[in-house]
Amino acid sequence: MTAHEKWIALQTIATREILRFTRIWVQTILPPVITTALYFIIFGNLIGPRIGEMEGFGYMEFIIPGLIMMAVITNSYSNVVSSFYGSKFQRHIEEMLISPVPNYIILIGFLTGGVARGLMVGIAVTSVSLLFNPLNIHSLPVMLSMIILTAVLFSLAGLINGVYANSFDDISIIPTFVLTPLTYLGGVFYSINMLPDIWQSASLVNPILYMVNAFRYGFLGISDISLVVSYGISIGFIVVLYVFSLYLLRKGQGIRT
Amino acid sequence: MTDALAIKDLRKTYKGGHEALKGISLEVKQGDFFALLGPNGAGKTTMIGIITSLVNKTSGSVSIYGHDLETDPSAAKAFLGLVPQEFNFNMFDPVIEVVANQAGYYGIERKQAFQRAEQQLKRLDLWDKRRVMARSLSGGMKRRLMIARALVHRPRLLILDEPTAGVDIEIRRSMWKYLREINAAGTTIILTTHYLEEAESLCRNIAILDKGDLIKNTSTRELLNTLHMETFILDIESPITRLPATEIHRMKLVDENTIEAEVCRDDSVNELFAFLSGAGIKVLSMRNKTNRLEELFMTLVENGNESRAHP
Repeated sequence: MTAHEKWIALQTIATREILRFTRIWVQTILPPVITTALYFIIFGNLIGPRIGEMEGFGYMEFIIPGLIMMAVITNSYSNVVSSFYGSKFQRHIEEMLISPVPNYIILIGFLTGGVARGLMVGIAVTSVSLLFNPLNIHSLPVMLSMIILTAVLFSLAGLINGVYANSFDDISIIPTFVLTPLTYLGGVFYSINMLPDIWQSASLVNPILYMVNAFRYGFLGISDISLVVSYGISIGFIVVLYVFSLYLLRKGQGIRT
Repeated sequence: MTDALAIKDLRKTYKGGHEALKGISLEVKQGDFFALLGPNGAGKTTMIGIITSLVNKTSGSVSIYGHDLETDPSAAKAFLGLVPQEFNFNMFDPVIEVVANQAGYYGIERKQAFQRAEQQLKRLDLWDKRRVMARSLSGGMKRRLMIARALVHRPRLLILDEPTAGVDIEIRRSMWKYLREINAAGTTIILTTHYLEEAESLCRNIAILDKGDLIKNTSTRELLNTLHMETFILDIESPITRLPATEIHRMKLVDENTIEAEVCRDDSVNELFAFLSGAGIKVLSMRNKTNRLEELFMTLVENGNESRAHP
């Protein structure tokens, strides 16, 4: 395959993936927007004023970046895991496997879908947040780069889950029992400076903490963690998961007998 | 001329130890219409799975138009089109996108992909359904959709794994016609089927697999020439209660209006008719009891089973 043909194949997979979730936007885009709006109303508007300031910012202002990030994480992950598992379940992954399209193009195609959905939901949630609080941006490059890196990372994680999944139950176990707890404990609703030392240290093993904090830095200019460490951890995870995903596709794990 | 498909010592052992292919070697010439036959579990689908990169081989090699599938997969796969046994398209995609996306995976520009999809869908009478979700198609339409999808990138080697299973006779005949046209235009076709009449009618060469072994690989004509005896069913005009005595012809009375007669290849059917006519029996119609290839197929597979049981 020439480079141009590979580019067309990538466009095809990416377009198919984006059409897949936009056609069912009521199931994919709308629910996270409604859920996050409820968080804004309950935690930001109703409970927030009683909590007071967090790291020098109003509670609503503090939690907005974390809630956007939570929506991006959940949606980029669930897009790829459900799409990849669906293509295994219906066996239309075979359409790509018999074609000359290389594994890394298949991988990037699925990631593009996950990142696109993550960003689309992120934009929608940010727009809703404007109803509650004006948008403050401290560093647009940090904000944008961190949201993209996060979407890529969790799209990769979703793909790996999709590769190993053998049933529809398998695609909901990780989001329910791993992803959601890590996100809630990842500094979305609080600063880890509030925690006792032992729990502060324990929080540092949670990769989501680094992404939420770096993203919050992009909005508010504050972070519990060094930006360099946050970028290092995010990029490191991406490289490891990308190589592992490619290895799984090459091996045919779960898709070839 | 390079073979369209060359398989050497292909072996596949599944986890758990089941040996699905036991060292198959096979060549299919360019332009051939080739049948791959065998009972259920013979290894046909495993073999096709390996050729199409859906099954990992244990050992051996597969080469498509001279390109090794392991060392030069991109070039090898570009020649190949597959119509699988089971539906494997996204049921929630519109019909035209199922076909156009497949073209995209082969690097065909979006605009051209849709033009080619249109050609194929029109040819296979699916154009009216282009915007409906694939899952709403009938079984026969889904089969035709898979043919359209397999042909959209104009493969030079088309593999069809039981393409006419479960489709009515009218659609089957129209599929045969289209496959003959494609083959005449230069596409090599490999067909697996349980309808042996289909293989006899379409294919010039036949390979028979049984329990992972290649038990026959020859031309259809040669294979049929090995058939020594044919069984005919004769419908007669007037009912009879017993057959006329004969030491030459082997016959039995199925019912009072039907005779079953075995005729050796070397004997003329005319002799049988002359005998019956002499006995005052008028034959209204005659047909083969089973398809000729079916008789041979059963003999070969049964012989294979016997030799395995008593080596």
